[in-house]
Amino acid sequence: MEQLKTIGRELAIGSHGGWGQSKEFLDLVKSIGEARSKAEEDRIILREVESLRRRIAEPDVPRRKMKDYIIRLVYAEMLGHDASFGYIHAVKMTHHDALPLKRTGYLAVTLFLSEDHDLIILIVNTIQKDLRSDNYLVVCAALAAVCKLINEETIPAVLPQVVDLLAHPKEAVRKKAVMALHRFYQRSPASVSHLVSNFRKRLCDSDPGVMGATLCPLFDLISADGNSYKDLVISFVGILKQVAERRLPKTYDYHQMAAPFIQIKLLKILALLGSGDKQASGHMYNVLGDIFRKSEQSSNIGNAVLYETICCVSSIYPNAKLLEAAAEATSKFLKSDSHNLKYMGVDALGRLIRINPDTAEEHQLAVIDCLEDPDDTLKRKTFELLYKMTKSTNVEVIVNRMIEYMINISDNHYKTEIASRCVELAEQFAPTNEWFIQTMNKVFEHAGDLVNVRVAHNLMRLIAEGFGEDDEGAESQLRSSAVDSYLRILREPKLPSLFLQVICWVLGEYGTADGKYSAAYIIGKLCDVTEALLCDDTVKAYAISAIMKICAFEIAEGRKVEMLPECQSLIDELSTSHSTDLQQRAYELQAFLCLESQAVERVMPLDASCEDIEIDKNLTFLKDFVQQSIENGARPYIPESERSGMSNVSNFKSQYQHEASSHMLRFEAYELPRPSPAHVIPQVSVPTPIADLVPVPETTYNSKTSQASKLPSVTDASSAAHGLKLHLDGVQRRWGRPTYSSSSGPSSTTSTEKTTNGVTHIDGVSSQPRDKLNESRRQQPEVSAEKQKLAASLFGGSAGKTEKKATSTQRAPKGNTRNAERPGATRSVSPETSKEKAAPSVPDLLDLGEPNPTSTTIVDPFKQLEGLVGPTPVPSPLDNSVKTSGLETPDLMAAVYTDLPPSGSSSGSLGSTIGDMYSADKTSNTATSAPSIKKGPFPQDSLRKDARARQVGVTPTGNNPNLFKDLLG
Amino acid sequence: MIHFVILISRQGKVRLTKWYSPYQQKERSTVIRELSGLILTRGPKLCNFVEWKGYKVVYRRYASLYFCMCIDPDDNELEVLEIIHHFVEILDRYFGSVCELDLIFNFHKAYYILDEILIAGELQESSKKAVARVIAAQKTSTNLAKDSLVENAKEETGSISNMISQAI
Repeated sequence: MEQLKTIGRELAIGSHGGWGQSKEFLDLVKSIGEARSKAEEDRIILREVESLRRRIAEPDVPRRKMKDYIIRLVYAEMLGHDASFGYIHAVKMTHHDALPLKRTGYLAVTLFLSEDHDLIILIVNTIQKDLRSDNYLVVCAALAAVCKLINEETIPAVLPQVVDLLAHPKEAVRKKAVMALHRFYQRSPASVSHLVSNFRKRLCDSDPGVMGATLCPLFDLISADGNSYKDLVISFVGILKQVAERRLPKTYDYHQMAAPFIQIKLLKILALLGSGDKQASGHMYNVLGDIFRKSEQSSNIGNAVLYETICCVSSIYPNAKLLEAAAEATSKFLKSDSHNLKYMGVDALGRLIRINPDTAEEHQLAVIDCLEDPDDTLKRKTFELLYKMTKSTNVEVIVNRMIEYMINISDNHYKTEIASRCVELAEQFAPTNEWFIQTMNKVFEHAGDLVNVRVAHNLMRLIAEGFGEDDEGAESQLRSSAVDSYLRILREPKLPSLFLQVICWVLGEYGTADGKYSAAYIIGKLCDVTEALLCDDTVKAYAISAIMKICAFEIAEGRKVEMLPECQSLIDELSTSHSTDLQQRAYELQAFLCLESQAVERVMPLDASCEDIEIDKNLTFLKDFVQQSIENGARPYIPESERSGMSNVSNFKSQYQHEASSHMLRFEAYELPRPSPAHVIPQVSVPTPIADLVPVPETTYNSKTSQASKLPSVTDASSAAHGLKLHLDGVQRRWGRPTYSSSSGPSSTTSTEKTTNGVTHIDGVSSQPRDKLNESRRQQPEVSAEKQKLAASLFGGSAGKTEKKATSTQRAPKGNTRNAERPGATRSVSPETSKEKAAPSVPDLLDLGEPNPTSTTIVDPFKQLEGLVGPTPVPSPLDNSVKTSGLETPDLMAAVYTDLPPSGSSSGSLGSTIGDMYSADKTSNTATSAPSIKKGPFPQDSLRKDARARQVGVTPTGNNPNLFKDLLG
Repeated sequence: MIHFVILISRQGKVRLTKWYSPYQQKERSTVIRELSGLILTRGPKLCNFVEWKGYKVVYRRYASLYFCMCIDPDDNELEVLEIIHHFVEILDRYFGSVCELDLIFNFHKAYYILDEILIAGELQESSKKAVARVIAAQKTSTNLAKDSLVENAKEETGSISNMISQAI
């Protein structure tokens, strides 16, 4: 009896204990886990959904059961099945008072509903109520739902309350309120435009989490309009300085870095603010230099911050010293073994060469290694870099490489991108017209349906117009070579439609122009085109027009056109086509063949595709007629703008909008005594902390900043001054050490200065790796000759000063004389030929195989580089400031460390479980984590878990052996 | 901005999805199918980033589970990689050496935790302690509510055993 009782109790508790879910849910998950195929999984879920559909609609489902059903619905939806019948129940669940149920309801609706779902209107009222709740957890849940569900239409319903919450005592609520406003800004910038000052205020929040969250909306605002926020530069720099100096609470540290996520966000904002602004950038140099100095490359997050700093430095007004540090960091990335870092390095290099194209030279081999890496991601990134550094000297190699790669990929999205890049580069930098046409042919052949139609038209125009010069010979040479190549290409079985259009047009215009091919031959080819597999109506129209042109030229020459049988059948077919356009063309052709030669010559003149057709927009030839009509009593024409009925369109529109806005949904409850609707005057609707609601007038800010600018100097940057400027007094007190005073900074002039920050040190660092590089180059005979050639052809030309031309969408008519000189150039330009071209003009860095001329040229670039390094020791005011700010750091760091004897108490213990991700962390942490008994991969732990799993009846399946392994183990 | 977060197992089974940008149910299935085809086949030494339809997907493998986040092309990949790790560390702290099973059976809790870390596709909290504090507060309030439920259940059990005794 007693036994039965305990069994019964265990059963009952088992349904909520353990994992906290019902047996049915656990069974469902288990059977899904054991499903061997997607089809089986789908079957199970469909059965589950059916049973849920039945049971959820039953009357009086207990709340606990309902929660379980909803979670199962979420699961079904997560696996890609439709659970829309349960949405309304999830909405109902949000109305419950009990927090767990409410949260489940909110979780489900945020996962189920998109922002334009009809049911959202039913939740708005609940959200409004919950935002006013005393329990901050309810408010948090409601705010999370606000971020996902509130759309442009419903923003006014919750906006005033969300703004109120910015002053909530709980930082978790303030933070979420800021994020919600950020979301509102993304949805509809106009709705929160009057609240921008609130973001500025939150920047000074005493809680770093809230401050960090505020950076998100500020980043968006600044990227939309940077100029209105220039006054914040000093504040941002101040915050970044404090963060980098570890003034934030320890809990914000991540893998021994001081609040790296906040640093990254700040660096992004500074990059925006400093871009093209010399004065703003000037404020940043100091702190950026500090971050470079403190950077550590052993952890991923350290590299993330470093990368962001490089981005920032390359975006703001250039500073030689910082750029040098950035280049150094980049080269470390590129030399790393990790693919991730190489990837970041290639990206960073792409940013740096925009400022100084010579940066790339040092890394030629690394870049080529990345280009030939089996990793597709890295390869694509490298192509992006090459695209950025293309010039007329290396365009052939780069474009050929790109096309080679393009042929072998199946990802249409990327294929389109790389094809359009090839076209763009070819249009800008093509060395010869011949090469241009060959390149375009290749692009069309392999990605024809993916490129823009405009490109095809450009190509046709190019062939037709020639290249703007009067060398007739070269032009006809080019045309006949185009015709030749197209006739050859037509043998290919599958050609994209767009390419066929180009071919048809060119064959029609110039197929018989040089007399090499007979009209019958070309017409036959064109008929073949129409029978091709991928031939659509447009191609047919192009083909028949081309046939018409050729016939016309023949008739004009006085020759007899003999109608080929396949051509006749084509005409017959098209004249009964469903497309009226094709019919029209077919009949025109038939009519054409009966005309005499003079008429034909007038209708279809030879090679007249480029002649301008004059269009008389004012219709002057109708003047007489109009005059006559007016004389006969007709009314004169009144321009549309002066006609009365539509007097002012814009006025009408605004009126309409006004009406629309007054018809907008109203969200405030009827019983509220306030007379004015909330969305019209948000300030009035909620009276409590008015100060927050009323937008802070701009003038107060201006006065603050002007105060700030009156302060003596920025470079001496004592943190107290920053606190003053920022109005961060509260922050200062909370983040900083209480004993810290600004006077302790300068007193720390210790010997560390020279070792860490001295100019000599910098000099040494910068020259050392270069020496190494030099050595390694000498020691690299195994680098294949082919690679070296490739490097030479890619980078060798970088000394050439040809700049990318601005944004000429069409290929500029240039280089024609050269084309005339070498009409019979080889079809595809191999790296060798381009190298030949590059070699005489540019010193080759890497050709160590040929000793006599290169030994001298090797020296040259280094001298140049040394020239770059040279000026740095020259003492400049900025230099000094860097040094002084650097002086403070060792002291501070020491203070921080002595403050906290068991360093890394929290992250240390974690580090042991997650250690293998960060081997470097591990070594530093194992000592501290050893005594910690909180947790870790203890055998008991996993045994217990295993036992629980068995109890529930889940056993690891054979094909899923790793299921039970710890994620981090 | 992060457009979505997906957790998939090595067999391509979905463990968690969170969409911050609007995607229809159909699109979601396609996205998951495409990405699992792309990511699960990649070798161990390659980049943790994949370019995908003009976006970038950062992924990281823990045991047999892949955490994937889709971001804009101008976002910092390494940072997102660490956001993933930040999330995993918090999961680890919450579940106590987290394993895939924890996430399978407690996916709703994983959602709650994710909601405390990311909001609207942005990192909202980078302090593990702050996240843990809120989660703990939620847990205690949930437990309070649950206790009453357990009481109810116990009463039910009592009545069942009464019935049993009566039957005997």
